[in-house]
Amino acid sequence: MQFKQWENFNQGDWQSEINVRDFIQRNYTPYEGDSSFLSPCTSKTKKLWDKVLELYQKEKDSNGGVLDIDTKTISTVNSHEAGYIDKDLEEIVGLQTDSPLKRAIMPFGGIKIVEKSCVAYGREVDPEVDNIFHTIRKTHNDGVFSVYTPDIRAARSSHLLTGLPDGYGRGRIIGDYRRVALYGVDVLIAEKKKDLEVLDVNELTEDIIRKREEISEQIDALLALKEMASKYGFDISTPASNSKEAVQWLYFGYLGAIKDQNGAAMSLGRTSTFLDIYFERDLNNGTITEEQAQEIMDHFVMKLRLVRFLRTPEYNELFSGDPVWVTESIGGMGIDGRTLVTKNSFRVLHTLQNLGPAPEPNLTVLWSTRLPEGFKKFTCELSIKTSSIQYENDDLMRISLGDDYGIACCVSPMKIGKQMQFFGARANLAKTLLYAINGGRDEISGKQITPKFAPITSEYLDYDEVMDKFNQMMDYVATVYIKALNAIHYMHDKYSYEALEFALHDSEIIRTMACGIAGLSVVADSLSAIKYAKVKVIRDKTGLAVDYEVEGKFPKYGNDDDRVDNIAVEIVKTFINKLKKHPTYRHSKHTLSILTITSNVVYGKATGTTPDGRKAGSPFGPGANPLHGRDSNGALAVMNTIAKLPFDSAEDGISYTFSITPGTLGKNQDSRITNLVNMLDGYFAQTGHHINVNVFDRSLLEDAMEHPEKYPQLTIRVSGYAVNFTKLTREQQLDVINRTIHERI
Amino acid sequence: MEEKDLKYYAKVHSIESFGTVDGPGIRFVLFLQGCHLQCKYCHNRDTWNINGGDYKSLDDIFAKISRYKNYIYKDGGVTVTGGEPLLQAKFLIELFKKLKKAKIHTCIDTSGMVALTDDIKKLLTLTDLVLLDIKHIDDEKCKKLVGKSNKLELEFAKYLSDNNIKMWIRQVLIPEYTDDENDLKKLKDFISSLNNVEKVEILPYHDMGKYKWKNLNCRYELENVRPATDSDIEKAKKILFS
Repeated sequence: MQFKQWENFNQGDWQSEINVRDFIQRNYTPYEGDSSFLSPCTSKTKKLWDKVLELYQKEKDSNGGVLDIDTKTISTVNSHEAGYIDKDLEEIVGLQTDSPLKRAIMPFGGIKIVEKSCVAYGREVDPEVDNIFHTIRKTHNDGVFSVYTPDIRAARSSHLLTGLPDGYGRGRIIGDYRRVALYGVDVLIAEKKKDLEVLDVNELTEDIIRKREEISEQIDALLALKEMASKYGFDISTPASNSKEAVQWLYFGYLGAIKDQNGAAMSLGRTSTFLDIYFERDLNNGTITEEQAQEIMDHFVMKLRLVRFLRTPEYNELFSGDPVWVTESIGGMGIDGRTLVTKNSFRVLHTLQNLGPAPEPNLTVLWSTRLPEGFKKFTCELSIKTSSIQYENDDLMRISLGDDYGIACCVSPMKIGKQMQFFGARANLAKTLLYAINGGRDEISGKQITPKFAPITSEYLDYDEVMDKFNQMMDYVATVYIKALNAIHYMHDKYSYEALEFALHDSEIIRTMACGIAGLSVVADSLSAIKYAKVKVIRDKTGLAVDYEVEGKFPKYGNDDDRVDNIAVEIVKTFINKLKKHPTYRHSKHTLSILTITSNVVYGKATGTTPDGRKAGSPFGPGANPLHGRDSNGALAVMNTIAKLPFDSAEDGISYTFSITPGTLGKNQDSRITNLVNMLDGYFAQTGHHINVNVFDRSLLEDAMEHPEKYPQLTIRVSGYAVNFTKLTREQQLDVINRTIHERI
Repeated sequence: MEEKDLKYYAKVHSIESFGTVDGPGIRFVLFLQGCHLQCKYCHNRDTWNINGGDYKSLDDIFAKISRYKNYIYKDGGVTVTGGEPLLQAKFLIELFKKLKKAKIHTCIDTSGMVALTDDIKKLLTLTDLVLLDIKHIDDEKCKKLVGKSNKLELEFAKYLSDNNIKMWIRQVLIPEYTDDENDLKKLKDFISSLNNVEKVEILPYHDMGKYKWKNLNCRYELENVRPATDSDIEKAKKILFS
């Protein structure tokens, strides 16, 4: 292949096959300097951003925080007419519907959710749409519930399995949107046609038929993408010819995906260093200035901040604050030892200063101890200013994932364009432990949820007996869990296939079955209490264990104490091994995450008193965090505890949310930056996987609760994403404030 | 009380794995139990009792510190505070020997109100930095505030100065107790007579440790003293640093 648009690029394999990584490696310019080259916000950007802020305000004042809904048009890649904020001001164009912040309906996942959401925000779905999806077209949600077995239903309604994507889009699939810019859509279509030829074989087995159908759908989606772009006056059949086009083409790819799918997490990938190659070429040619380069990035990020999906208020309880996880992975090191940090890595982060802090895009720095110091300092300085960045361990992930992976959602790494996951939410292991004690009866309702196991009847809990029964109960949960996920993903592929996102993948991809754990620290502390202290069981008249009395001291998770930390490590290893015993849909690889997002609050609410002394209904620690107030040896002890959790057994990510007051981080701005850099270097050298960094005073959050109008852009990191603090429910705000904020007096 | 070899065991109050205010960089802070002063403003009242705390072995403590090497090796280190850490000098000699061998920066946060025994002198040869908390430059006021004369700590400071040991001088600024202009001028003169003073820190008095006194059923005498404000600090800085 040869295109005029590729002038001045170094040649390589990327020209004869789809190979974005090769293109990057041969053409990018590592940047080892500091942030002094960056440009401030232009007046054009400022004008446009002010309009967005006005729109945000209108949205906030609207019914339930939803500005408008297009209740008639079924959203697809090419469904809506072009929409603008202010056409004359926008460097980068494209909206999900014909008007900013107007939400689209995506009923292929499930019509009931769409109806419920519309009603919640005072609207009604168009009768024609209702008719189609109730009487003519089956949805993913219908499919799943037509095959669910009674044990799955019971596990679901008792909150043993929670947040399953059976009524909403699974998400966590990252299209390689860079391909649109580098190759143009026609090349992508031609390559997919070649893949179809490979699948023109003598026997049409079920597998081959499915693959052929999927690739055909992918080609249709690419054709639709071209039409969508043409509505905005762009022809994206051929490669982008300059930096502005590269951003625009790439964004169109992403826009197509978010018009097609209301996935739980719709992540962007690893785009900034790719785009830097275009910016460098234009800067060297003298066709743009640094100011213009920043302007393009600012406008691009503004678009990413406007992404909205229609979701129900219940969904908001699980994943609070309207998140879409437009995760952009930044930095990291190449396997050849050069850093993948470029000037554009700085630019994308600099949007936090030019436009102010915001939860989206979910800016994720891939940290290596070998990152250039200037970049380390810049990211830490921004973390301290904005609490909007998360960090993940590049040195750890590069081992198995190479140097062109990105993070989907919060902590899930995947090779861009070569790997996807079947999102599996999480199993509540704290509840599993209680079921082990109660023989499968629910500790709140008293109902028998699992088949009858023999309950524990002794007055005091015996560690070996509890472990024995806990193991059996984990076996049961693992069985039901994989059954549910197999059903869900079979139906999602069938009724709500992400054709455009997969069109931007290789045709042969790696699939993982991404399971999860909630309540890890509660289980570890409970087992530690049983082992090292004495735990007396309080039972009701029916013999149901409903409360526990702990006598004596026990080591607590979060203090770098091996006695309890090893229990947590063992649970993680044991549970993934139990999951592995069950075959998965499309032979996907079993993986595990320790991540709760904000749902640690709802999961806790649905779980009775646990043997560690945690009271019924109170929240779990988020992700892999210790339970609130259990850590007493300072921040690094918590980090050491979490770093012990084995990434090999939890390849889908281990989330840690860290909050500290500025005064505790250091005496002045310089020392705060240095301390944070050294802290991150240390944590990741200990093989920690992920960390959210928040730097704020408790009093600031308390004030924001009472006077939200003063803090329109106050952003904080929760488990795996960032959120506008004032958009959290009051309960979740309190959870954040009460959660350990490291503070030294 | 069981007998322990005080070379290999220390009475420990607690640890803080992420200290950033007691010495340079990230500090692993070891709080030793026991103090012979009675500072009225102490924010760690619970570290006074020499019979409190738990015995921890040298090996255990060193092993624990080693787990934080990744965070502290660059420009941080270990700070030993308390309580009065110099009351357990025999132990600290052994600990610091190990830390020096492991190339970890060593720091002691002390009042310096101890006699300069051979043990203390030995320990100071293994100490990279001393945070010397001057309790009060005026001897009479010092006795009232902390229960002891400042004679020993001033001698201690001179010893550090004469023996080329780096120090940061610290003064807790307590309104109406340590903020007298003349006293601060005297302090300034004293500091300027010393060598090796890398830094002078004015620490604002706060009452966040008050609850610890209450928990121990002790009367908090400074009940009516207000915490030092930024402007108090600025005023003191003008005197000390002009």
